Amino acid sequence: MSTQNKNNLLLDVRNMSVDYYAANGAVHAVRDVNLSLKRGEIVGLAGESGSGKSTLAYAIARLLRPPAAITAGQVLYYPSIQEGERRTAFTAALEQANSKITDPVNSPTQSSGVDILKLTPPQLRAFRWNELSIVFQSAMNALNPVMDIGTQIIDVLRAHQPERSVQSCKERARELLKLVGIAPDRLRSYPHELSGGMRQRVIIAIALALKPELIIMDEPTTALDVVVQREILDLISSLCKETGTALIFITHDLSLLLELVDRVAVMYAGKLVEVADRNNFYAHARHPYSYGLMNSFPTLHGPRRKMVGIAGSPPDLRNIPAGCPFHDRCPMAFEACHQVIPALRTPFADAPEQIAACHLYDPKITRTTQMPGPADLGRGYEIQAERSVAR
Amino acid sequence: MNPFAEKKSVKAVEDASLALYPGRATALVGESGSGKTTVARMLARIYDPTTGVIRFRGQEVKYKGARVASSLRAYRRHIQMVFQDPFSSLNPVHNVRYHLSRPLRVHGHARSEKEVTEQVLALLRRVSLSPAEQFIEKFPHQLSGGQRQRVAIARALAARPEVVLADEPVSMLDVSIRLDILNLLTRLKDEEQLAFLFITHDIASARYFAEDTLVMYAGQMVEGGPSDDVIQSPRHPYTQLLLSVAPDPDRVQQVINHGNTSVPTRGEIPSLIKPPSGCRFHPRCPHAMPICSQEKPARTEITPGHWTHCFLYDQPGEKPAKQAKIIDAKSVQRAK
Amino acid sequence: MQVSSETLQPQNFPTTFLRGGRNIFKWLTSNRKMAIGSGILAFFVLVAIFGPLLTHVSPDATSNDIFLPPSLSHWLGTTKSGEDVFSQLVYGARVSLLVGFLSALGSIILQVAMGLTAGYFGGWIDNILSFIINVFLVLPGIPLGLVIASFAPLKGSVVITLLLIFTSWSYGSRVLRAQTLSMRNREFVEAARSSGETTVRIIFAEILPNEIALVASSFIGTFVYTIAADVVFEFLGLGDVTKTNWGVMLYWAQAGQALLAGGWWWFIPPGLCVALVCAGLTLLNSGIDEVANPRLRTEPKTEKLARKKQAEIEKAPQTQEEVVA
Repeated sequence: MSTQNKNNLLLDVRNMSVDYYAANGAVHAVRDVNLSLKRGEIVGLAGESGSGKSTLAYAIARLLRPPAAITAGQVLYYPSIQEGERRTAFTAALEQANSKITDPVNSPTQSSGVDILKLTPPQLRAFRWNELSIVFQSAMNALNPVMDIGTQIIDVLRAHQPERSVQSCKERARELLKLVGIAPDRLRSYPHELSGGMRQRVIIAIALALKPELIIMDEPTTALDVVVQREILDLISSLCKETGTALIFITHDLSLLLELVDRVAVMYAGKLVEVADRNNFYAHARHPYSYGLMNSFPTLHGPRRKMVGIAGSPPDLRNIPAGCPFHDRCPMAFEACHQVIPALRTPFADAPEQIAACHLYDPKITRTTQMPGPADLGRGYEIQAERSVAR
Repeated sequence: MNPFAEKKSVKAVEDASLALYPGRATALVGESGSGKTTVARMLARIYDPTTGVIRFRGQEVKYKGARVASSLRAYRRHIQMVFQDPFSSLNPVHNVRYHLSRPLRVHGHARSEKEVTEQVLALLRRVSLSPAEQFIEKFPHQLSGGQRQRVAIARALAARPEVVLADEPVSMLDVSIRLDILNLLTRLKDEEQLAFLFITHDIASARYFAEDTLVMYAGQMVEGGPSDDVIQSPRHPYTQLLLSVAPDPDRVQQVINHGNTSVPTRGEIPSLIKPPSGCRFHPRCPHAMPICSQEKPARTEITPGHWTHCFLYDQPGEKPAKQAKIIDAKSVQRAK
Repeated sequence: MQVSSETLQPQNFPTTFLRGGRNIFKWLTSNRKMAIGSGILAFFVLVAIFGPLLTHVSPDATSNDIFLPPSLSHWLGTTKSGEDVFSQLVYGARVSLLVGFLSALGSIILQVAMGLTAGYFGGWIDNILSFIINVFLVLPGIPLGLVIASFAPLKGSVVITLLLIFTSWSYGSRVLRAQTLSMRNREFVEAARSSGETTVRIIFAEILPNEIALVASSFIGTFVYTIAADVVFEFLGLGDVTKTNWGVMLYWAQAGQALLAGGWWWFIPPGLCVALVCAGLTLLNSGIDEVANPRLRTEPKTEKLARKKQAEIEKAPQTQEEVVA
């Protein structure tokens, strides 16, 4: 990794695995996931329910509660290297801890990263909100109904920056509301006086309050109507570009995701099956599952044609079948898929940023240099659909 | 509750007219609060309309006066609903056999235990739940979302209806399963000549599944007609707004080429307790004229079958002949 | 993603409960509180049924062994009239448990009928029934029972049973009504309605099975009340004091001034039995609660496992990289 890249890197998830412990066996919700995120980058995490996308995000934020547990992995976080005035509460907390164990020559503003999974509780407190904030799916219902929204924003500010004066907190709250497109005089409004979309804006304002480096949003718009959803998405996209905040955006709706993000990561049965930048993914989703997802959305234009979904349902994460987890739904599966778990690899000369976990693109396994294109995948799905109807 | 407060009625649906035909699907598109679910529930006779007429096969369906109960039962066997959430539309304490055998017995389609089992198995096969023998004894919590929705569809079919009212039947399902269910519904519609009312907020799936599309806004129908006409050349400003914000894979190409170019929207659906006067969309409409806040726009035929309620197009047009209607709700209103 | 054990899942609860047979035993032992509670209860039921085989002395038979402490011939001693306390206790269990059970049964039937009808129909039916329920709710049960029982022309178990039903049903009714109210608009109820099911069937085949956990816990709660209240009524002499049961034993112990005379073997055993039965029922009840509502569950094995695993990861030796950090 070059120094340039290192400076840009914000978050590096390495070999992350998460299990849910249940009486009849552990559910392997996230399995050996590697994912990195640059500063200011918007990454979309897509997959159906139960694919582990939310679990992964919660694991990154250390929000998992038993019976869930991170069984392996690291989440390396690279704090901002800026010295002086922007020494955040988080780096201060790290420094304090380090002064006790290691020699003070090594400042916390290193380039090797801090493992979030090993933060002590006070460090974790400093980390959340200051460096990372998270917006949940029904977050708009999490606002306290008996407090006006101004108080709630100011509370967050004061909890993390106790030295800040009330007046400056109020100023900041006003600023934040303006930022998310709400008139600052709504500061005195109570949540029930605001519509769902407005409340979601307030939540986004709170998430931005302490200028975090990274925001995780878990399906922030699914509970909203289409028109409002569009507004919120536009807001999120412009805010992230403006403030340079990195974003992990989780949704099952790929067509929505693609309009917003720089990079897409598709999860299936707890594993990443494809990671690609948006343009390459849109033009050419390599993994058969990604292709199937992409083609699960009816279009608004062009001729009306029959489309086929992905048959079957995801595997039971207690006993995952051998080989590729997708093989029993995959129209392109061959023998190797039933036995060998495909690794994420970069086989595409035309798109070096795109990686997929599929044997189809491994010449050592397929024994040909020919790689299937989108048309081949499409035909595969059609043949599979015809067969299932015939049955 | 304040007993002295004036009773306010919500005009959830006002002046809605629609017709369903055998072997055809009509989509009802709108945001939440637009009254689309209320329309379905009126047709299912879960709610009674306050004014208006519902005709089934040309015969008026009674909802007042004598012999309502028996006419209601006769009507209901022909009209079945598929609900949005397959996790709450199946009773967690009953297995698949129970869910499917009840309508068979209630409507007298099967008498002996053997007949019931046979027909239940046949129903499961019709919704592509195979091997049917494995599914028959399962409980809802042992099924995935898609499988549950198939069971719910099979239950609707068990009564041997002619009309199926599907209220957002795929919106709670995973993306990869939605098309499967839509294709199943399409097959049932074509093979069994069922009339479908398909309620959705997703205009793309309306176009995929339904021949006709109606757009509702704040309890009023604003535009309707053949799906392709409505969606390819939307006339009403609200339909245009809906289309511009709908997630659409084709838009991604635009975004890639030109950056994000969506139209700024404004406002939200109004309260139905005090709806805006005139055209209910006028406060949000970019083309609003003085007349829009004073009068209700009348229905304007744009091309044969494609109509809208908007003063922008208020010119006389010709009325085309209609096909045989199986269900015909004329100007039903509902206040609650 | 919420993952919990199959048999303990809340939606599984009613089906497990209804399917019966071997499952019930497995289910009862799946929770410690429930296992202990049902064990205590089973013990007293067995004593009530088979206990009289252990003693050949009639509970009413007087003898010359007057007010003796426990001995080999009288395991729990004798009363001032020379009756055998052990024999009284064993026979008394029958009456006390039966009266408690029958009143709880009658009460729960009334609760279900009133609660579900009010909740399902709503409107003016609900208004009237709710009014009746509320009236009974504010009536103080035991004092009212005392007044009525002291005026009743007849005395005995039947009157007390009716009284117990009368004073115990309203609270459960209210809870069931609230539950039904929220159940009434669930989609599966609407689906049943639109598929042409009759109202009675919707109430009893669709809604009631979903409330079975609530009904069971309400039944047990009522059972605790009826057993305790029965003892109170009997102790105050409102029952038939010639028919032995635990309350009557306490009545005679009080009349015979057992406490002053130091005759602990006369009043402690029946008191202890009442307390034990009620404790058993309460344990059973909170066990059911925990199983039906996983949030109340005290940390099960799986969570401990997860915590242990998590701690391992957090405390794992730091890699070279982080030592630098």
